[in-house]
Amino acid sequence: MAGGFVYNAIDQTEVATAEIYGKAIADIMLNDPKVVAITADLAKSTKLGDVLKVCPERVINVGIAEQDMMGVAAGMAKAGCVPFVSGFSAFCSMRACDQLHTDICYQKANVKIVATHSGTSFGQAGSTHHALADLAITRAMPNLTVICPADGIETANAVNAAYNTEGPFYIRINRGFDRVLYQNMDYGFEVGKAVTVNEGTDITVIACGSCVFQAKQAAEFLANSDGLSVRVLDMHTISPIDKEAIMKAVTETRRIITVEDHFITGGLGSAVSEVVVDGGKACAFKMLGHPGFAMIGLQEDIMSDVGIDANGIISAVREVMKKDFEEDDNWDDEY
Amino acid sequence: MALTKQEWLDLEKKANELRHLALQTTVWAGSGHLGGGLSVLDLLTVLYYKYLNIKVEDPKWEDRDRFILSKGHAAISYAPVLCDKGFNDPEMLKTFNLSGSKMGMHLDSNKVVGVDASTGSLGHGCSIAAGTAIAARILGKDYLTYVVTGDGELDEGSNWEAFMTMNQYELSNCIVFIDRNHCMIDGNTEDVMKLEPLADKLTAFGFNTIVVDGANIKELCGAIDVAIERSKEKCKPTCILMDTEKGAGITSVAGDYHCHYMAIDDPTFEQYKKDLDAYYAKRVERAEKEGE
Repeated sequence: MAGGFVYNAIDQTEVATAEIYGKAIADIMLNDPKVVAITADLAKSTKLGDVLKVCPERVINVGIAEQDMMGVAAGMAKAGCVPFVSGFSAFCSMRACDQLHTDICYQKANVKIVATHSGTSFGQAGSTHHALADLAITRAMPNLTVICPADGIETANAVNAAYNTEGPFYIRINRGFDRVLYQNMDYGFEVGKAVTVNEGTDITVIACGSCVFQAKQAAEFLANSDGLSVRVLDMHTISPIDKEAIMKAVTETRRIITVEDHFITGGLGSAVSEVVVDGGKACAFKMLGHPGFAMIGLQEDIMSDVGIDANGIISAVREVMKKDFEEDDNWDDEY
Repeated sequence: MALTKQEWLDLEKKANELRHLALQTTVWAGSGHLGGGLSVLDLLTVLYYKYLNIKVEDPKWEDRDRFILSKGHAAISYAPVLCDKGFNDPEMLKTFNLSGSKMGMHLDSNKVVGVDASTGSLGHGCSIAAGTAIAARILGKDYLTYVVTGDGELDEGSNWEAFMTMNQYELSNCIVFIDRNHCMIDGNTEDVMKLEPLADKLTAFGFNTIVVDGANIKELCGAIDVAIERSKEKCKPTCILMDTEKGAGITSVAGDYHCHYMAIDDPTFEQYKKDLDAYYAKRVERAEKEGE
């Protein structure tokens, strides 16, 4: 393991998620001369300031040219460097989609994309800058590990894991501060394995990114107000997805809600539903996310608007709990 | 170092063999991008048999020169080169394009030995080349990166993004070739989407631009020698704009944009072989006359 960066909850209250990424990548680059940072005129926005201080010669800025950024990164990876690409999620996934597909994923180039300003975290910028299709796009790509960390601590873990794992990664993080979910880095983060942030037996809420904190809040509220036992899974890795945790939720809680700051189509909810359908065991299922282009505004207001905040999750849980779904172990009479 | 007459003749002989092998591969495959394959074949010959510092026995050698065929559809010529060099079994050419083959019309760097980048989607190669060239600087390597694009391919804006990066980072260790065969699928380049004044545009984007006859091996080598000399210092990258002919060597199709993708029946195959022989004879005559 290289890197050596360790963060805790206090750091998160003082340092934005992208800044934690910036510090993490600076630590890695100090220890490994093959690691480079590549950006498209967003060194400041994607918080590469610390890297610029410690090894400016290894920060490659290609100007406002995301396609070129991805191609350059692929070339550098093929030549033995470990490029960390930093750009806005919307443009990394959509503007440079062909390069991501062909130059990076197809060729298994060892490129780590840290895509900032994801979901509606740059809410006031409007739909041109909202990244609500990136999970759908990236999880469709073979060879690409897709991670949507829940907070700054998990971002540090994801960056560390990406650095220590050969192959392309897409890590989707928010602009600004995230609500603190994890107190320190030692909670058992493992790529492809969901974290149970709240134990529960009545229903499972599967969330990613900023929605995990909201789901946890909702679960705590529902325990007190409705006496419900709500399991909350932090499904940080969207691809490859944790099939075992999903099927365990199906069999043990029989009710699943997915929640994400992403279009309902194609993202976490779709990924989970594919596993459920393939598993052959029915369960009550509801997907929360954006039904269309989001409004302009603060992220918390947008999340409230489409019901992916704690209140929205509480309502959804109550709705799904009303569904008459058998709790015995006989699956044969439910079709 | 100036090209000797004997080197020139040797390269002409090799280019002739490869033209025949590309034609034969097209027949084996049932069809292929022979037009654009032939226009770039002299460059492939010159690079692989004179300039590239590569090791067949160690294809992933980290200090090797890189070659990126951005116009990936010219694989119909590139695959024969890689087989003739010994990177891959020449028998593979008989499976070109066939179901389950490792070789298709756009080569996969994870399946075909000696390929530095999987290309086919146009407008990607120059950015990848810029990446390998920047990496050489960061890693302290002396290798050179050679990349060739088609001319119609330059309609893709991503090329110009890459050119700006090459200029910004003074990537003189990256040598860009443009296969200016004046043709694209739907017509001549100037009819479909104007490129001219292309040399001026390339120069405006920061290149040391050299225009050559891409079918004149001596001229081509002279330009590459200049580019290699310049690569010893960090400075403007060199772009070699090669005036070429689509379908070069086949009398009935040369210069015709319709020869982008061809299926060839037996009588035509025999005629094309005769055309290539006659083309070779003319080229030898020129080498004999102009060689030193």
